[in-house]
Amino acid sequence: MFETLRQSLRTGVVTTSYPETPAEVSSRARGRPEIDWEQWKDARLAAAVCPSGAIEFVDEPAGSAVRRNVALDLGKCIFCGLCADVDPAIRITNACELAACLREDLRHMAQYRLNDDGTHQRLLEAPGKPETLDTVGRQLRASIQSVLGRSLHIRQVDAGSCNGCEMEIHGLNNPVYDIERFGIHFVASPRHADMLLVTGPVTRNMELALRKTYDATPEPRLVVAVGACGCSGGIFGRNYATCGGVDSVIPVNVYIPGCPPNPHALLHGILLAIGRLPQKPSRRNDADAQGIKHAPA
Amino acid sequence: MNLLPELRSILDEVTQRFGTQIRHAPATQPDELYLLAPLELAGALCSTFYRKYHGRLAGVFAEDARAGEHAFFVYYVYALDGVRGFVLVRVPILPENPEMNSVTNAVPAANWQEREIQDLFGIKLIGHPNPRRCVLHDDWPEVYPLRKDFDLHSKLPPFTGVRHKFREVEGEAVFQVPVGPVHAGIIEPGHFLFSVAGEPVLYLQLRMFYVHKGIEKLFENLPIHHCVRLAESISGDSGFAHAVAFCHAVERAAGVEAPARARALRTLCLELERLYNHVGDIGAICADVAFITANMHAMRLRERVLRVNEELTGNRLLRGMACVGGVRNDFDAEQLRALAKLVDEFEKGFNDLVDLIRGNSGTRDRLETTGVLTPQVALDLGIVGIAGRASGFDHDLRRDVPHDFYDQVQFSVPVFTEGDVQRRMDVRREELLQSFGIIRQVLEKLPAGPIKAEIHEVPADRVAMGFVEGWRGEIFHWVHTAPGNRLARCKVKDPSLQNWPALSEAIMGNIIPDFPVVNKSFNLSYSGTDR
Repeated sequence: MFETLRQSLRTGVVTTSYPETPAEVSSRARGRPEIDWEQWKDARLAAAVCPSGAIEFVDEPAGSAVRRNVALDLGKCIFCGLCADVDPAIRITNACELAACLREDLRHMAQYRLNDDGTHQRLLEAPGKPETLDTVGRQLRASIQSVLGRSLHIRQVDAGSCNGCEMEIHGLNNPVYDIERFGIHFVASPRHADMLLVTGPVTRNMELALRKTYDATPEPRLVVAVGACGCSGGIFGRNYATCGGVDSVIPVNVYIPGCPPNPHALLHGILLAIGRLPQKPSRRNDADAQGIKHAPA
Repeated sequence: MNLLPELRSILDEVTQRFGTQIRHAPATQPDELYLLAPLELAGALCSTFYRKYHGRLAGVFAEDARAGEHAFFVYYVYALDGVRGFVLVRVPILPENPEMNSVTNAVPAANWQEREIQDLFGIKLIGHPNPRRCVLHDDWPEVYPLRKDFDLHSKLPPFTGVRHKFREVEGEAVFQVPVGPVHAGIIEPGHFLFSVAGEPVLYLQLRMFYVHKGIEKLFENLPIHHCVRLAESISGDSGFAHAVAFCHAVERAAGVEAPARARALRTLCLELERLYNHVGDIGAICADVAFITANMHAMRLRERVLRVNEELTGNRLLRGMACVGGVRNDFDAEQLRALAKLVDEFEKGFNDLVDLIRGNSGTRDRLETTGVLTPQVALDLGIVGIAGRASGFDHDLRRDVPHDFYDQVQFSVPVFTEGDVQRRMDVRREELLQSFGIIRQVLEKLPAGPIKAEIHEVPADRVAMGFVEGWRGEIFHWVHTAPGNRLARCKVKDPSLQNWPALSEAIMGNIIPDFPVVNKSFNLSYSGTDR
């Protein structure tokens, strides 16, 4: 008993003060890939090495020339950094707070004029400033926040993940991240929950269970899709055994990219969903700071 | 390639006994002996290797070779631990009559794997004691996803709502407790049906494969360099071990070996994976018997490792580090210092944790004699890894068939025979203590040089096995290469697939409140099983 106390006292407080202080992420960590849209010459290299199809392009005729539409989808990205290995216009940053309320917020698109040799040159339309959340969405979120108040109960559902996301979600309960300091608590049943924290891809064998879990959760309820697979199906995509991202089965309020998202990214996404992120507009969403435009839905 | 002398003599003996019915196929590695046998001899060969050469049936899997060879092939993988080699027996099955005799009655270890073949290839099992569906649940239509004429992106009709029929357990005061697939904790999905009389469990039925994601089919549809990333997602907590096992298989098929420094760095990462998982499990076992303080210390230590992982490889779960031919990034002096510092601090913190747990008699009371898996049952079911070593199976691929840098380091393999939760925790504790030594020795001997062997094109139509002793147990990947840096087949075997049936045996006679801690002491991967 005394030994237990002595060890606890000797250890002291190890809890981070995130989100008041910045995320404690190594400078070597692989987070959001940053593309130099102006200087980008050839999307083919990065698209060829991307295992999850996060960088894709489509060429289409536009008058006498050919136009190339390039997309970087953070909802599909598994943050392996292979694109940056082959393309000097891409840099891997350690930014991990990437959660967004709209799936389109994670998709960045640009248009280029195509050269004869397959490279592209002049940027026709660069990714611009994101549109703000639509009014209906804001009102809905405000009403949910007023009901859920300052405390939140979460039911975690693994709808097909590789268990990497579960490892990190588990980490939210450790003394370093200590999610209970926000009044947020993981509960054993969807009937006790305000939020479903769902990892994917949703498998065919789990689809029914996920629907039933959603139906068992009292309203108002929030759904947060976790990880590349939860956002989009990730490296698995859609196939005979999986339905793809969580939003192909139930409606999703917040998407947290990552493979897996680290506990900071998870906290960021959960606090974003309940409107409890500190008011630092420049840090709310990394896309804003970047000046990146969303693709049309 | 010259076979190992021991395998050569086995080949001679088998050829002498079975004559021309058995042919020997060339392989790229000296420790893999491929035998081509007719279907009728599968059973006889099985008992020969099982009884005479003390082979373990480490895997059974199939391949659709109807296009080239007009047959399905079923492979039986025997691990001959004594001679550090593997025998793979390949038998053809005619597509006109897709049936095979089950060996499960003789070798219970083959149970789930045979059923998987039946589900995914449509090869009917004859004489299997429980030939029900497993991978494809009851409401799937008649499809065979691993056949080549089945498209990965096939759109299947919606569910029909067919319910699974469990075996019934009847008697006075016997009732059923269904649990899952959505569990109370933050864990993966699976369904457990307990039949109980009062509190003691009479019978536990497992229904898995809720997270079947078509990974083996996906391997056949991706270029090899993408497959490494896919391998990392087979089981998140063993991501690095799976990726390295896959890389081993491809490297062995191509006849290339990763450079010494790459092998050393892989070894460091494998040990880091062992470190964070073992300490997390020890904490979780304590949490399941309500010793929360110990769990908190364990989780704090685990977080420490994950942060160093990020510092070393850019990812907390070591993702993106492995690649075919070696590793993707080197460790500089600063990173190596961070690793050495981690080991020192972790060791100190871990010793404190061990003292804390030892000093808590209540924990020991709950863990000893709980969830016993006897050595005989473990042997019959072919239980491997931590669970095997806690039940008397003295085996560790790192020592017995060393891969990567393990032949350069000294360590011992802890083995216990009691097979209870306490011993499964003790195996983890002892392995952690050995891990500190392994990491220090590798850091001391760290060779200089390149970290990657270039493999531009993997030759087509080669077969090879890759194996790694992950923290949970032995991981096998078997590949059959195809032209254009692709794979015709990749079989993945996580130790969880082998070990799940042990849970049903270990829980019998225990009370339901002890199930979480017994389950945690095995800590098997659902995703690794279901793929």
